[in-house]
Amino acid sequence: MSRDSIGHTLIVAVILCVACSLLVSGAAVGLKPRQMLNKERNSQKKILELTGLYDPEVPIAESFKSIETQVVNLDTGEYVSDIDPNAFDQRRAARDPALSESIPSGEDVAGIVRRENDSIVYLVNKSGKLDQIVMPVRGTGLWSTMYGYLALDHDGTTVRGITFYEHGETPGLGGEIDNSKWQASWIGKHIFDQGGELKINVIKGMVDTAKPNAEYEIDGISGATITANGVTNMIHYWMGPKGFGPYLHRLQEEGVVQ
Amino acid sequence: MAATKPLDVLTDPVANNNPIALQMLGICSALAVTSRMDTAVTMSICVILVVTGSNTVVSLIRSQIPSSIRIIVQMTIIASLVLIVDEILKAFAFTLAEQMTVYVSLIVTNCIVMGRAEGFAMKNDVKMSILDGLGNGIGYSAILLIVAAVRELFGSGNFFGIEILKKTADGGWYDPNGLMLLPPSAFFVIGLIIWGLRTWRPEQVEQE
Repeated sequence: MSRDSIGHTLIVAVILCVACSLLVSGAAVGLKPRQMLNKERNSQKKILELTGLYDPEVPIAESFKSIETQVVNLDTGEYVSDIDPNAFDQRRAARDPALSESIPSGEDVAGIVRRENDSIVYLVNKSGKLDQIVMPVRGTGLWSTMYGYLALDHDGTTVRGITFYEHGETPGLGGEIDNSKWQASWIGKHIFDQGGELKINVIKGMVDTAKPNAEYEIDGISGATITANGVTNMIHYWMGPKGFGPYLHRLQEEGVVQ
Repeated sequence: MAATKPLDVLTDPVANNNPIALQMLGICSALAVTSRMDTAVTMSICVILVVTGSNTVVSLIRSQIPSSIRIIVQMTIIASLVLIVDEILKAFAFTLAEQMTVYVSLIVTNCIVMGRAEGFAMKNDVKMSILDGLGNGIGYSAILLIVAAVRELFGSGNFFGIEILKKTADGGWYDPNGLMLLPPSAFFVIGLIIWGLRTWRPEQVEQE
């Protein structure tokens, strides 16, 4: 068969495609455990940075031991004792019909379709008292689901920090949610007003600090309105009654949060 | 161009026929990853691996590749190699892989890799193609590293993240040149390198 015949061309194309796909998928599957470990280290590092406990000199796993990890039932707000927080795979739980519930479309402000029954929370204690609560949040932006953490002060409303560890928003536009200056602008803002109503908002344009609402407003990101709205919606969902609302409420009643 | 000795094939692309400085290929990635040394070194290693690997494979099967689909065959090989390199980076150098984001995947579109596969590996034996791949990879890396060294040193006063010039912000004397951290500065540095290279080797200047 000549090199340029149709038969030979097809054979070469098929063999090449099969060989290449085998190699690529082999590499992807073989390296997956290491990549997962890296991802976990990365999200632990993000939590440490968020709470101000990150020290580049100390191994991440070591520093992370000072953070208390709990699994909380999102409906009741109670801690769940029969789930090992270190083995709990929240992403898998969110997909598992037995461990999650689908959200009615009217209530799905964050665009996440299903919500897991239980969620991880990270607690930072300072001299025996609760100092910060770190909660995982996620929601749909323009292109992707954005995964992040929100750290609240022990008063249950003041933001101590926000960070994102995975998203697929446009670099330079929506991707600016990774910008440390923008993330820092969240610090000190309030999620709820005095009456306990959800007020936090990423607005369009710059926050006018003279206005009374400034403590609930975050600067918008130019060219990324949909991503910014996605961030607002996800915070509203996760801080609301279907998210960590019952949990925060319980902590408040017990006087842990005040 | 008609280098036949193995050593020439290896060394020619470094100074005489540099892919960036003479052929003006691969400029885009040279702008993107050269604001710091560590990303430039990682990128260099990746490109050397990919260009050598693709040259080897293309040369190995060159007598089998039908000419009607040869470009697609080369692209498939290059893209597979890049995907594998990307997976390896994510597994063993996660923070670097995060910083380099799309640029590793963009090696696929790096003209040097494609150019060497089509221009050299399709016509030469495996040994020569490996040397040619290595040579071009090293030639690319040499420019990348020089540009990154200049940009990191003058842009942030560091070298591999270690402080060399003490910055005024930390009570030192050096006021960092912010322009050096922006991509266009790589154009200036590459331009200066080309100027220097052509003063040293006047035969590289194009005839009017």
